Amino acid sequence: MIEIRSVTRSYGTFKALDDATLTIREGEFFSLLGPSGCGKTTLLRMIAGFDDPTSGAILVDGQPMDGIPANRRPTNMVFQSYAIFPHLNVEQNVAYGLKRLRALAQVSLVGLGKRGATELSGGQRQRVALARALVMRPKVLLLDEPLSALDKKLREQMQVELRRLQQAVGITFVLVTHDQYEALALSDRIAVMFGGRIAQVASPKEIYQRPANRQVADFLGGMNFMKGSVVEANGATITLDTPGFCRVRTDRPAGFSGNGHATLGIRPERLRVLWDDARASHEISGKVVERHYFGEITHLVVDVPGFEKPLSVTETNDFGADDLPIGAAIRLGYDPDALVAMAD
Amino acid sequence: MTAVAEASASPRSGRGHRRPLLQSERAQGLALISPTLLYALVLLVAPIAVVITYSFWSQDYLTVDRTFTLDQYRIALTEPIYRDLLLRSLWVSLLVSFFTVSLAYPIAYYISFHGGRHKSLWLFLITIPFWTSYLLRVMSWKVILGYNGVLNSGLMGLGIIDEPSTALLYNTSAVVITLTHAWAAFAILPIFVSLEKVDRTLVEAAKDLGDGPIRSFLRVTLPLSLPGVISAILIVMIPTVGDYVTPKLVGGKDGVMIATAIETQFKRGANWPLGAALSVITMIVVTLMAASIVLIIRQAGRRIR
Repeated sequence: MIEIRSVTRSYGTFKALDDATLTIREGEFFSLLGPSGCGKTTLLRMIAGFDDPTSGAILVDGQPMDGIPANRRPTNMVFQSYAIFPHLNVEQNVAYGLKRLRALAQVSLVGLGKRGATELSGGQRQRVALARALVMRPKVLLLDEPLSALDKKLREQMQVELRRLQQAVGITFVLVTHDQYEALALSDRIAVMFGGRIAQVASPKEIYQRPANRQVADFLGGMNFMKGSVVEANGATITLDTPGFCRVRTDRPAGFSGNGHATLGIRPERLRVLWDDARASHEISGKVVERHYFGEITHLVVDVPGFEKPLSVTETNDFGADDLPIGAAIRLGYDPDALVAMAD
Repeated sequence: MTAVAEASASPRSGRGHRRPLLQSERAQGLALISPTLLYALVLLVAPIAVVITYSFWSQDYLTVDRTFTLDQYRIALTEPIYRDLLLRSLWVSLLVSFFTVSLAYPIAYYISFHGGRHKSLWLFLITIPFWTSYLLRVMSWKVILGYNGVLNSGLMGLGIIDEPSTALLYNTSAVVITLTHAWAAFAILPIFVSLEKVDRTLVEAAKDLGDGPIRSFLRVTLPLSLPGVISAILIVMIPTVGDYVTPKLVGGKDGVMIATAIETQFKRGANWPLGAALSVITMIVVTLMAASIVLIIRQAGRRIR
């Protein structure tokens, strides 16, 4: 549906986007995820036609977009600020592109048609922006951080609505966001970007469980990183030894140089506290040095003898992790499948 | 007993506590605006009051008769010369504000949308003509438009005309040209300010929704910059109705406007009450015209959508 072919956008010597290549499939909910300044908005604006690549090509529906202005592209955009026309009412805003009002019902704005654009709440403005873009029947809907201006509760509600809407209309959605949970919850696939480059393109589950590198792993939730030494490296797999953990044989990580060292990672929630005489196939022993209470969960910082850094552990409060005294000796269990190898 | 007294006193004291605060705030506010207020009262309200009072009196040579009369208004409204002069003044001011705003809008648009880092430099350059006196600027138009002026010699040099044209100076169009130039900056600035306030993503949104450059301008940029256009029109129109110097210098016989007639009444005509009545009528007519122009433009703005 959308093909980004080695697109670069430079401003003087600064490269906002550096040789990005990407394919977005038809009917897909695709997210561009990354910290501010990573080039995700630049890429979205180039797909929309508000900016041109310095080099490379963008194709939408097989058509090269080079030289085609925004008003003649099969894309429509929901702006971060929503860009609701203040001098028009809701109906006039929605019908701006054409005189079809079907979209009003689709995003539950019925009865608001005559209301002035300045009298709307944040959530309503967002709906107007969505409706206004959807009446155009675009092949691709571009969303530039559409939920960032909303408070947490409303944002979660709109996430559900957005996902439902996408499934109902079946249009390709491209979402720009810096919120990893939003990207994980909404997307079919995610491209994680850093410093103008695409670091990884994969499904939310794969990105979370098999991050391509430390940066990706760190951006999507917490992760414990350990130095491991490579004992064997074949074509497709490597075997890694990490003090305190079992020997791991995994897929060869992207960018792995061939020998020496690699990084081993495990998510804090994949380490679980073993209560009383519970046993796990793989165990680590340590001492609680910090405890942070978060309501349904508790974050524990566990010092393990021989480790450079203490381990972060996220534990549910069902068994009393919130009552663990500082200094308590505990055992942690893990599943070898939860260990991820990454290039240094 | 004391408890009751206290109970009944406490709400009152609560209120009493508030009032001095409000009073002091009001007093502070008055103190803050008082220099300006005083200035406005002495130099604006008082002269207008004097003019209005005079307009209900009459004068015979040098003696002013202070009995109330509407004679001056009768004369001012029935004598064709005053009606014609007033209409011409209104017409000239309308033409001037139309041309000024039409020429100022593209300039303001260019500075706001394409000025880049040099916006303030552009604005600075626009104010440069205002470093010289208004009179000098009007006189320089005499040099340009005159019989042996720049424009005539230029046209003759190009062989477009054989002898100097007298149609350039001392007529209504000379007044319009001069005033349009004189008021340009006063129109550019308010339009620039309102264009600066137009959110650029709104223009992008219009393009995203299928509008080409012209349509997005007509449907988004222009309606959103209308407040600036309206204030530019008012800023230019209101003072030009009563402009006195320009018609006198470049207008000739043909370009006389109402201000000249008012001046004549106060000076050579020695009829202050009639001059005052003409002034009051001009003020009222200008107010009405300004209000109707605002309404018409707002209505037109709504129509565009």
